[in-house]
Amino acid sequence: MRRKVIFPGTALPYLLLAPQLAITAVFFFWPAGEAVWYSFLRQDAFGISTQFVGLENFQDLFADPLYLQVVRNTLVFSVSVTAIAMSVALLLAVLADRHIRGRETYRTLLIWPYAVAPAVAAVLYIFLFHPNIGLFGRALNGMGVAWDYRLNGDQAMLVVVLAAAWKQVSYNFLFFLAGLQSIPRSVLEAAAIDGARPVRRFWTVVFPLLSPTTFFLLVINLTYAFFDTFGIIDALTKGGPANATQTLIYRAYIDGRVNLDLGSSSAQSVVLMVAVMVLTLFQFRFIERKVHY
Amino acid sequence: MATLTVERVSKSFGKVPVLHGIDLSVADGEMIVIVGASGCGKSTLLRIVAGLERATEGRIVISGADVTRLEPAERDIAMVFQNYALYPHMSVFENMSYGLRIRGVPKPEIARRVAQAAEMLGLSGLLERRPRELSGGQRQRVAMGRAIVREPKLFLFDEPLSNLDAKLRVAMRAEIKRLQRRLGVTSLFVTHDQVEAMTLGDRLVVMNQGRAAQVATPMEIFARPADTYVAGFIGSPAMNFLPATLTEGGLGARIADGPVVRFADGPRPGMAGRSLTLGVRPEHFALGGPLPLSPDLVEPLGSETVVHGRLPSGQEITLRLPGAPPGHGTIGIGIRPEHLHVFDGKTGLRLEAEPAIQPPPRVAA
Repeated sequence: MRRKVIFPGTALPYLLLAPQLAITAVFFFWPAGEAVWYSFLRQDAFGISTQFVGLENFQDLFADPLYLQVVRNTLVFSVSVTAIAMSVALLLAVLADRHIRGRETYRTLLIWPYAVAPAVAAVLYIFLFHPNIGLFGRALNGMGVAWDYRLNGDQAMLVVVLAAAWKQVSYNFLFFLAGLQSIPRSVLEAAAIDGARPVRRFWTVVFPLLSPTTFFLLVINLTYAFFDTFGIIDALTKGGPANATQTLIYRAYIDGRVNLDLGSSSAQSVVLMVAVMVLTLFQFRFIERKVHY
Repeated sequence: MATLTVERVSKSFGKVPVLHGIDLSVADGEMIVIVGASGCGKSTLLRIVAGLERATEGRIVISGADVTRLEPAERDIAMVFQNYALYPHMSVFENMSYGLRIRGVPKPEIARRVAQAAEMLGLSGLLERRPRELSGGQRQRVAMGRAIVREPKLFLFDEPLSNLDAKLRVAMRAEIKRLQRRLGVTSLFVTHDQVEAMTLGDRLVVMNQGRAAQVATPMEIFARPADTYVAGFIGSPAMNFLPATLTEGGLGARIADGPVVRFADGPRPGMAGRSLTLGVRPEHFALGGPLPLSPDLVEPLGSETVVHGRLPSGQEITLRLPGAPPGHGTIGIGIRPEHLHVFDGKTGLRLEAEPAIQPPPRVAA
């Protein structure tokens, strides 16, 4: 269902689009163009001289074992966050969709984490997992598990994944719940009469009917894990220990703002930009075709 | 091939009672239509039979087996929903075969049954389509096909025709009737449409406020409605009701401020002056009677004319006359006693004529 409005001339539509285009130009195209330009340059350590180096920044980047490790980290982090955030949200949404007592309260409470700032979320997770003051951290150590996410890279990754996923569950939950509620009850009843038990009903009717929602959330969650988790990582681990929780976005920040290597940071930004463009394109192509029924 | 027995089924939603002890027994291959105004509990009754709702009290027995506690899946029934409830992400073939696939029917058997049902319903060319690519009538057929291929013990229809346009509704009605006859499957059909009820049902259950007001064949319900609700619900235009009182000996009724009508079939019980409601169908008035009717709306329908008017008492009357409209001005109408329905004025229940009074046995002197 696409609504079309016919304008008498071309001036008015352009005028109406102008604010949006202006904002996109000033806050996206211009800085993005700058980043692309800087990615071909190299500055000396004091920022006095700048020279054009072509694709050398990119060559250096992909030859750097640390950068490749960061790419791996990012993949592990993003896939884990997306998988956990989506599956937990789906489970909670299915439960909330049932006719249970106090459903409204339950829903409202589930939406809260979304309103928590990333830094605050990180502090909450410190209170939970810190080896000395954290609830679980102390319990784990008490049971003889050598738990210290500040020293152990895998444990650090686990904590940032949990914190990042926890923050995204609310958002996914809202969309899944809306998706579930838009499935006509009679379709589920028809499936029940056709002989499908609840689990079978879920996988053959509910889940397929949710697929547009699921796919939309998949892209949104991957994007979130890629780009919007800087705050959580910075507050929890600062990319450590030994770069174990450095993701692409965090590395770009470190190289640009801390190591003052603008050329490499810009090249990394360009790589990220290409990644998100591919993701978005994929979303549009796929959503247009496959996921609708 | 199955029978269905509904025993004293009651249902309350919280504190709100919606069904008060429904009893019904359906013979093998019979088509029962449950009809009533919205909110009378007819859909709830159907959903209880399907297992989608739990009865608060009472039992559901299908072919001798008590299924009251069973899940819908275990009852071997099929249901056609008002909004068809097709699976939007499946093709017509997948929609129709879903129940068979779940039951693990072998693939060649599934293909055979679906092909047969599709043939019967004229869906053979549409098996690869998705529901959204079908018209309303075709979706309706797919919903029917989904029920047919399962070869269930019982068909349940929940107002399946009310989302179709008028013309298609009439065509599908006839088709459902033919299919049901041909397959001989015991069926329950819920509708609020009295024409559907009359044409489809072997027997009707007329429901009123959670009670079965009458269970009988369509013609019996039309000829001998059990109470004023049934009398007013079945028949179009609706039956006229006139307040009246019983005359001496129960031989007739005095219409309020008006003439006396003698009962053609015998006296009614009760004291003189007992409050009655007389029911007269619009087509059962005679022209040239003692009641002066002032018409205020005349609807010529071609082969007949419907006249709405008032008696001097203010009582509204609807009249159906064969042929062209009568002239202007007040017309005299009379009641044909052989078509009179007599109801109790307070309870609304039908009052039958008493059998002829036997002379008292002679007492020996």
